[in-house]
Amino acid sequence: MSTKAPDYRTIINDGLWTRNVVLAQLLALCPLMAVTATATNGLGMGIATTFVLVASGFSVSLWRGFITPEIRIPVFVLIIASQVTLVEMGMNAWLHELYKVLGLFIPLIVTNCAILGRAEAFASRNDVIPSMVDGFFMGFGFTAVLVVIGGIREVLGSGALFSNASLLLGEQFSFLETVVFGGDYKGFLLLILPPGGFIVLGFLIALKNVIDAARVKRASQRAGDSVPAAISKRVT
Amino acid sequence: MNRAKIISAPFMHSIDSVPRTMLLVMLALAPATAFSLYQFGWPAIILFFIIIGSSLLFEALSLLLARKPVTPFLLDGSAVLTGWLVAMALPPWAPWWIGVLGGFIAIVFGKHIYGGLGQNIFNPAMVARIALLISFPLEMTFFMQPQPLFAEQSPNFSQALDIIFMGGIDIDALTSASILTQIKILHFDGQSIGGANGLVSDLPTAMLGVLPGGMGEASALLLVLGGVFLLAVRIISWHTPFAMFASMALIASIAHFFNPAYHPGMLTHLFSGGFVLGAFFIATDYVTQPVSNTGRLIFGAGVGALTFFIRAYSIFPEGVGFAILLMNAMTPFIDHYIKPRIFGRSKSGEPLTGQLPQGGGK
Repeated sequence: MSTKAPDYRTIINDGLWTRNVVLAQLLALCPLMAVTATATNGLGMGIATTFVLVASGFSVSLWRGFITPEIRIPVFVLIIASQVTLVEMGMNAWLHELYKVLGLFIPLIVTNCAILGRAEAFASRNDVIPSMVDGFFMGFGFTAVLVVIGGIREVLGSGALFSNASLLLGEQFSFLETVVFGGDYKGFLLLILPPGGFIVLGFLIALKNVIDAARVKRASQRAGDSVPAAISKRVT
Repeated sequence: MNRAKIISAPFMHSIDSVPRTMLLVMLALAPATAFSLYQFGWPAIILFFIIIGSSLLFEALSLLLARKPVTPFLLDGSAVLTGWLVAMALPPWAPWWIGVLGGFIAIVFGKHIYGGLGQNIFNPAMVARIALLISFPLEMTFFMQPQPLFAEQSPNFSQALDIIFMGGIDIDALTSASILTQIKILHFDGQSIGGANGLVSDLPTAMLGVLPGGMGEASALLLVLGGVFLLAVRIISWHTPFAMFASMALIASIAHFFNPAYHPGMLTHLFSGGFVLGAFFIATDYVTQPVSNTGRLIFGAGVGALTFFIRAYSIFPEGVGFAILLMNAMTPFIDHYIKPRIFGRSKSGEPLTGQLPQGGGK
């Protein structure tokens, strides 16, 4: 299909920053609000989603020659749904405690628009290897945002960080479980509730916009005060 | 040679300005506030100034961050009034960090996130109250019997500092459920509300009732007087408060008539909790209520009805704050559908032509 060589630098950059699933595309906000009350849950959700993104990138790209445009959406959903089911069963078997925490949100990865979006926008138009790389770094960018938001909400909301990390990563990682504010810290419940997710997300998007604006400014200064280069657009 | 300076119309002068409006609202709030501060003693006074100070501090920081001129905005009184209303919506003996956080949420999340004065969707003081109520239910529902200043049990200044800053307070000795909380507890127990202390059935008691509760709940009469003053100097219009009182009175009376064991009477609903404060001082916020008079009637009726239903059927004993925020969210819709007729056009927007009165002239 596409004949030009894949530009891995751009793919990585897009996934981690420029077209970050959450901060730039504003996709996948439902799982974001629901599971980021703690950093560990965010990490678990992010890893599961990344796995599905890589697997669906692989399959969609592999079969893209056989899928006609008219039926592509149901076929993509079918592919993604079967892979999510595998992930769900795997988590139920090997990470049962985390599975109980994330619960309903694992099957709901199927409806995560970020995955269908990457199948549609990238994997159905590119070769297998670039599609898997794209899936991995999109997932990595998503996971990073989930962990950051989860961490902020957890620290401010309940005064701890990475609680229950051993459920996800095994006993040897229980050193991650830290209590930031001990003693009589009451916990700022608002941040644990969904509004907290929106508030923290809003600040992160604002931060990204500020950084991007500063980069544009610096780049235009380096270019001798010519027309400012449009490195990135504001999201909102 | 002198040239005349050309100034364009309009040549009207108006005495209305942001500082004047804010000053008059504060003037109207002052008697009720003074009474409440007297009722709840030194801890309330210290907390009051902590909240106003923190509001001013966060206002200044936000203005600096937004690169807006600090002094004129800081001195226009809006931050002081916001802090003041936050103080009226909190328990009078809340710890200092509740006050500081209240000022922070009201000014930063309630106002400056949206772009500052006049840009916010929700009333900042109510945003602060509700965010704190949801996050810290224990501290935010800690009400006590009034302890008038200089009375025997009233803490002196240094004890008050201890209460506000160190949490040095003997909760059980002083705590007392507000009337709405008592009703809610009886609801949960499935009992008749007849046993609740302070249920009122006649107007003078309701107005003067010195009840345990928040700062803005202690003196309904003085708040009503302040509201009447604001109406008299035309800072607020009568539509929003009238519609709030009318819808609450109507719904509460009907409910009380059919099930007096579950629903308190209309007067208890009107003059307990923050209803009077909300009706005159918070729902009437220029920024967050509809612009048209019809819209304000709908807005007020919505706040009154929602307050009743939240009080009667939700897990929260008091619903004024939630009701005002919910109707704030409806304000753009109300403004969209309730538009006054444009001058020179019919209701549907058609130009009025050929309908000039005939005869005369010639």
